[in-house]
Amino acid sequence: MIDIISIIIGLLMIVFALLAIESKKLLNSVIFLSITSLLSVVEFVIMKAPDVAITQAVIGSGLMTSLFLFTLMSLQKRGEGE
Amino acid sequence: MKKFISAFLTLVIAFFVFSLLYDSQSMFPKYGEKDLSKIVSQRYIEKNVDEERPYPETGSANIVTSIVVNYRSFDTLGELTVLFISALGVSLLLNVGGERIKFRIKPNFILKAGVRIITGIILIVGVYIFVHGHLTPGGGFPGGAMIASSILLMYLSDDNFKEKMNAFNVLEGTSGILIIVLGLIGLFAFNSFLYNFLPSGNIGELFSAGLTPILYVLIGLKVGSELSNIVGNFLFEGGEA
Repeated sequence: MIDIISIIIGLLMIVFALLAIESKKLLNSVIFLSITSLLSVVEFVIMKAPDVAITQAVIGSGLMTSLFLFTLMSLQKRGEGE
Repeated sequence: MKKFISAFLTLVIAFFVFSLLYDSQSMFPKYGEKDLSKIVSQRYIEKNVDEERPYPETGSANIVTSIVVNYRSFDTLGELTVLFISALGVSLLLNVGGERIKFRIKPNFILKAGVRIITGIILIVGVYIFVHGHLTPGGGFPGGAMIASSILLMYLSDDNFKEKMNAFNVLEGTSGILIIVLGLIGLFAFNSFLYNFLPSGNIGELFSAGLTPILYVLIGLKVGSELSNIVGNFLFEGGEA
C-alpha cells in the first residue's frame, strides 16, 4: 500500500516539475516549484526522515517561494519604469 | 529538435541509473534491507567513542542531534559561516537606502487581524523547536526559518512596518561570539574544540545532554536573525546610489 502511494507521489512530482519548466508565465512556474517541494516533504516522511522533512517544509516551500515572488515584483517595477 | 535530443539524453541517464540500482549484483541494496550497524560506526550509535570519560558522552535522545552538534559540531560552525557570508552579500548589494516597496493591493482588515493572531503562534512553535532540539526532530535551522517567516508575515500585513535592524544585528553578533567562546573554552581546558564539558543528565529530560541545548539555542537565534535581515533587505527598493 505504501509503495503505491510513493509511486503516485513520484509521478506527480515529475509532472509538476515539467509544468514548472514549460509554463509561459514566471509566476506559475514559481507556484509549481513550490508544489514540487511540498510533495517531496511527504516522500521524506514515508522514508522516516522527519528532520529533513521539517527543514524542507519551512525553507523549500515557505521562504524560497516568498523570495522568488519579491524578486519578480521588483523586476516588474523596473520593467514598467522604462 | 532540441527537445528531442534532451529527452533522449534524459532517457539514457535514467536507463543507466535504474540498471545500476536494480541489478542483482549491484552495490545498492533495496530500501530497508541494509544493516545499518555495518555501515555507520557502531561506536557512534552506542556513544562510547571516548572511553576515558567519567560520565556518558552525550545524553540526547535524538541520534541526528548527537552527531550534528556533538561529534561533528565544527562542520555546523562552517554551515553557519556560509549562511553569514550569503546574508552579508545580500545586505551589501540591496541595502542602498531607498524606501519600502508598496504593494499594489492595500492590506485589508481581514489580513491585519489574522496576522495578529497567527504571528505569535508561529513564533512560539519556532522557539519550541529549537529549545527541544535534543529530544524531538528539528533543531536550530528550521526554528530560525520559522522565526523569519513570522517576520515576513508582519511585513506583508503592514505597509509601514520597519523592524528594528539594530536589535537583530546585536542578537546575531552576540550569539556568534558566544558559540566561538564556548568552543575556545573546550579547546583550552579539555584540548578539543567545542568539547562537551557539562555533565549529561538523564536521557529525555529538558536539562540534559550537556552543552547541546545551549548550542542549539544559539544557532537558532543566529539563523533567525540572519534570515529576517535577508527578507527585510529584499523589500527595500534601491535608490540611485
